Amino acid sequence: MLSLIVFLPIVAGLIILIVPSSQKQIIRIVSLLAAFAQGALAVLIWRGYDPSLPGITAAADGSLDGAFQFVERLPWITLDLGNFGTLNIEYFLGVDGLSITMVLLTALISIIAVLSSWTIQKQVKGYFILFNLLSTAMMGCFVALDFFLFYVFWELMLLPMYFLIGIWGGPNREYAAIKFFLYTLFGSVFMLLVMIGLYFSVIDPATGNHTFSLVAMASQENYIPGSIFGPESVMWRYAAFIVLFIGFAIKVPMFPFHTWLPDAHVEAPTPISVILAGVLLKLGTYGMMRINFPFFPEVFQASLYVIGVFGAINIIYGAFCALAQSDLKKLVAYSSISHMGYVLLGLAANNSEGMTGALYQMFNHGTITAMLFLLVGVIYDRAHTRQIDKFGGLATYMPVYAGVVTIAWFASLGLPGLSGFISEAFVFLGAFSSELTRNIAIVSVLGIVFGAAYLLWSLQRMFLGKRNPDAVYELQKDADGNERIHFHDWKGKNDLDGRELAMLVPLAAVIIILGVYPMPVLGLITTSINKLVEVLSPVVLMAVN
Amino acid sequence: MYEPPSGAEIQAIITTLKSSAAYYIPEIYLSALFLVLILVDLIFKPKKHHLLSVTSLIGLTGSLWFIWQQHAITGQEIFFGMYVIDEFAIFFKYFFVLCGILTVFLSMPSDELNNRASGVGEYYVLVIGMVIGMVMMASATDLLMILVSMELVSFAAYVLTGYLKRERRSTEASLKYLIYGAVSSGLMIYGFSILYGLTGETNISEISRVLMSRGYDPVTLMIASIMILAGIGYKVGVVPFHFWSPDVYEGAPIPVTAFLSVASKAAGFALLIRFFYVAVPHGPETGAFTPGSEWLMLLIVLSVASMIYGNVVALWQKNVKRLLAYSSIAHGGYILLGIIAMDELGTQAALFYLLSYLFMNFGAFLVAVIIANKTGSENIEDYRGLGWRMPLAGASMIVFLLSLIGLPPTVGFIGKLMVFSALLAKGSVFVWLALVGILTSVISLYYYMLIPLNMYLREPKQPLPDTIKAGFLPQLVTAGLMLLTLYFGLFFTPLSDFAHFAVTLFGNQLY
Repeated sequence: MLSLIVFLPIVAGLIILIVPSSQKQIIRIVSLLAAFAQGALAVLIWRGYDPSLPGITAAADGSLDGAFQFVERLPWITLDLGNFGTLNIEYFLGVDGLSITMVLLTALISIIAVLSSWTIQKQVKGYFILFNLLSTAMMGCFVALDFFLFYVFWELMLLPMYFLIGIWGGPNREYAAIKFFLYTLFGSVFMLLVMIGLYFSVIDPATGNHTFSLVAMASQENYIPGSIFGPESVMWRYAAFIVLFIGFAIKVPMFPFHTWLPDAHVEAPTPISVILAGVLLKLGTYGMMRINFPFFPEVFQASLYVIGVFGAINIIYGAFCALAQSDLKKLVAYSSISHMGYVLLGLAANNSEGMTGALYQMFNHGTITAMLFLLVGVIYDRAHTRQIDKFGGLATYMPVYAGVVTIAWFASLGLPGLSGFISEAFVFLGAFSSELTRNIAIVSVLGIVFGAAYLLWSLQRMFLGKRNPDAVYELQKDADGNERIHFHDWKGKNDLDGRELAMLVPLAAVIIILGVYPMPVLGLITTSINKLVEVLSPVVLMAVN
Repeated sequence: MYEPPSGAEIQAIITTLKSSAAYYIPEIYLSALFLVLILVDLIFKPKKHHLLSVTSLIGLTGSLWFIWQQHAITGQEIFFGMYVIDEFAIFFKYFFVLCGILTVFLSMPSDELNNRASGVGEYYVLVIGMVIGMVMMASATDLLMILVSMELVSFAAYVLTGYLKRERRSTEASLKYLIYGAVSSGLMIYGFSILYGLTGETNISEISRVLMSRGYDPVTLMIASIMILAGIGYKVGVVPFHFWSPDVYEGAPIPVTAFLSVASKAAGFALLIRFFYVAVPHGPETGAFTPGSEWLMLLIVLSVASMIYGNVVALWQKNVKRLLAYSSIAHGGYILLGIIAMDELGTQAALFYLLSYLFMNFGAFLVAVIIANKTGSENIEDYRGLGWRMPLAGASMIVFLLSLIGLPPTVGFIGKLMVFSALLAKGSVFVWLALVGILTSVISLYYYMLIPLNMYLREPKQPLPDTIKAGFLPQLVTAGLMLLTLYFGLFFTPLSDFAHFAVTLFGNQLY
């Protein structure tokens, strides 16, 4: 089941490979079908998922049955290394509460992104092959439970992303693409070294061999005393935690490693921005929760305050930067940085409320930001500019668009009744109830105020009032004497057309439903989050040592 | 006073020679092939080189069978200890013959060679000659034998480099290669003579035995070591013995460059590993800094310098061949990392890395040949827009470059993984070396990506046709190499087992 959901897009990519490049419509439809099939599988997995099983580590008796679900575990590579025994790499997939939400999010965003890619005209074949490759890599990352497999999927994302930004992007695309590539590679090569070190330090209790299994690595009793990351090797454990954290923080992106993000977003085509903000950034925080924190829990305990401070900096700095932007897409990009700060803050709280808020915020940020970027794309398609002051008074002439924008903007600023509110409330609840992060939480609340400021201000400048004198659109009178908006060389419908609504309405529905009744997601994640908190808690650590 | 050997002694010598010849069949076979090619060239005087290239291909493929026969007779010293047959040597015999085959495949479509006014008769003969020399280098266990085989390789290489004699840069490259080669060979011979003076032996196992039992002056040995290292380092192309390589790689015909960058380098490593593991005395423990570790310090310096210098200087290159030359210096540094680990896993990693380098580097050069045939240029600037017009060449180039960077799912990633694993398996001593390796590989991303950047992201300066057709055979070989690069990146057990088979080294004192 999980193999199918991971590799379906690649199969679609191979089919596209043999379709002649002139058949653009067939190529698009194949991709869309693959995305829908992936979505259907995700729903099946969701229906079959038992939320009472915790995951994170193996069950108390060391088996996987009481922990992970839909497990697929096959030996992949077994190598004789002479004196060093055998190298065992497994093809090991499975889901728990952390990954199931991300699988659902990825499937949803993939469908939306394929729809949004419909307008791509240049080299359609190449585009969709790369897109499907990217889709496989993302899904694979979330379900892989073997570190080696995870790393392969993790690196596999970089190349398609490089080309998708670099070929189909904006004017400054070369710079943005290579910057993205270099930054993320820089982060991940350290992960490679830590991965090798962990391999030599961890033993799978079931077989007694060294292992790459993420499940075995999450239990501290599997670490061999005297190995490089063994329990008493304090210095190396700290070093490993820090470089892993930096690697994941680049992906989040956390201040001061965030500078690739605005560039990448501004240059990337709309569907790629949607993927980037909707899914890729989540991989950073997912990696922290799956790998970084549970492997080195005592270091995590010691660095809670630092993580919290960085979270607060992200929230406030991101909001300030967003406030200063004149380009709408850049504004949304910085708002992403700000909102991922909440995730970090929730993690730093180190309690069930905060962690739940963090994971829920990851899901909600995925849907909300996807919507924001789609909406930016809608106006950019029509006006070929994203400068906020080149508009004004749009609400009068594009009422549906303005309505959807309002939903998305308010969801982003955390209006009660929409999903963003609940996750942010949980994050603050968690951060405030922890002694350590209480002060940080108090400061971070300012981020909400600034968030409201930049969002409402941009809303006001673009949609309310009258047409700006130097706006990019003209107003024409139609037969009835009503004023109609007119964009230069835009042939389509002025307000949202059917395809755009098909992308936006489902997202808006998810945001509203999860804002009113969050249990579908919270119900999935609570057991896993409680288990994660337990694994990370100092009490358990002391018991191990 | 000199006494002529008695009849019985001569009889004994002849018996040894006769029995040794039975273990020397692949080399004899290759030498026969060498002569056959000369005859074919003289008798048929082929206008096009298909006859010669096909003969070399068949001949080289046939030699694999003779090498296969040697699996049964490993662990033999022949010709009075001049030469050994062991798993390590067999590995390299396969390796060099494979390199020879790929070089022929690269040469067949190359317009550079096909358009040469005076034909390509000697070309294949020289390639086979080089293969013979390298096969001997991998097996040589005597200082004299090492020298002879190395010079055989070098002389063939000098001529091949200058093979486009009407091109100024080719001639210049050949001359540079010759001068550097002469100097470093001279240094190496001087080092050998000191070693001989210390021990009175020329067989490397004997040298090590005498050094161990009689003791030695560390400074003298160090001086000899540095001089020998200069000779081997020149073959391997590591900093600071690399000065010839960018010019030679740029000047030589592309197939020759590919051959030099993979096979000649591998021959140097074969010699380095054999000499370092056998001739130099090692302490009883196989720890990181036991006696004999003077060598280790030198190797660490060379490795770090190569990784940094190669990867940083490559950033400024505009010519694909020069870029790959600097990248080849850097890869030399990565391979050295495996040797520095000084154990079975490290050797296996280094050998694996060489295998992976074979696939990815020949692949990259093959694409360069295809493109040079169509555009007549090796400048990265002239690759603009070619990716869309030559889909297979473009996509394969990306795979080869990813592999050279060391990104999964390619065989190059596994090579780096094995090398770093070998270092980290030693505990925390070599973590810093692994860090240097990993950080320089991030730098390498930038210059390798310049090629796809031009191929896909930029539009050509002059209008180009929508599709550019390349020949069938080069496309087939490119596709094959690309699929192997990917396949072995996902299922690397066969390659790794092959490398593990080869870690058995005759007279090895390390493990």
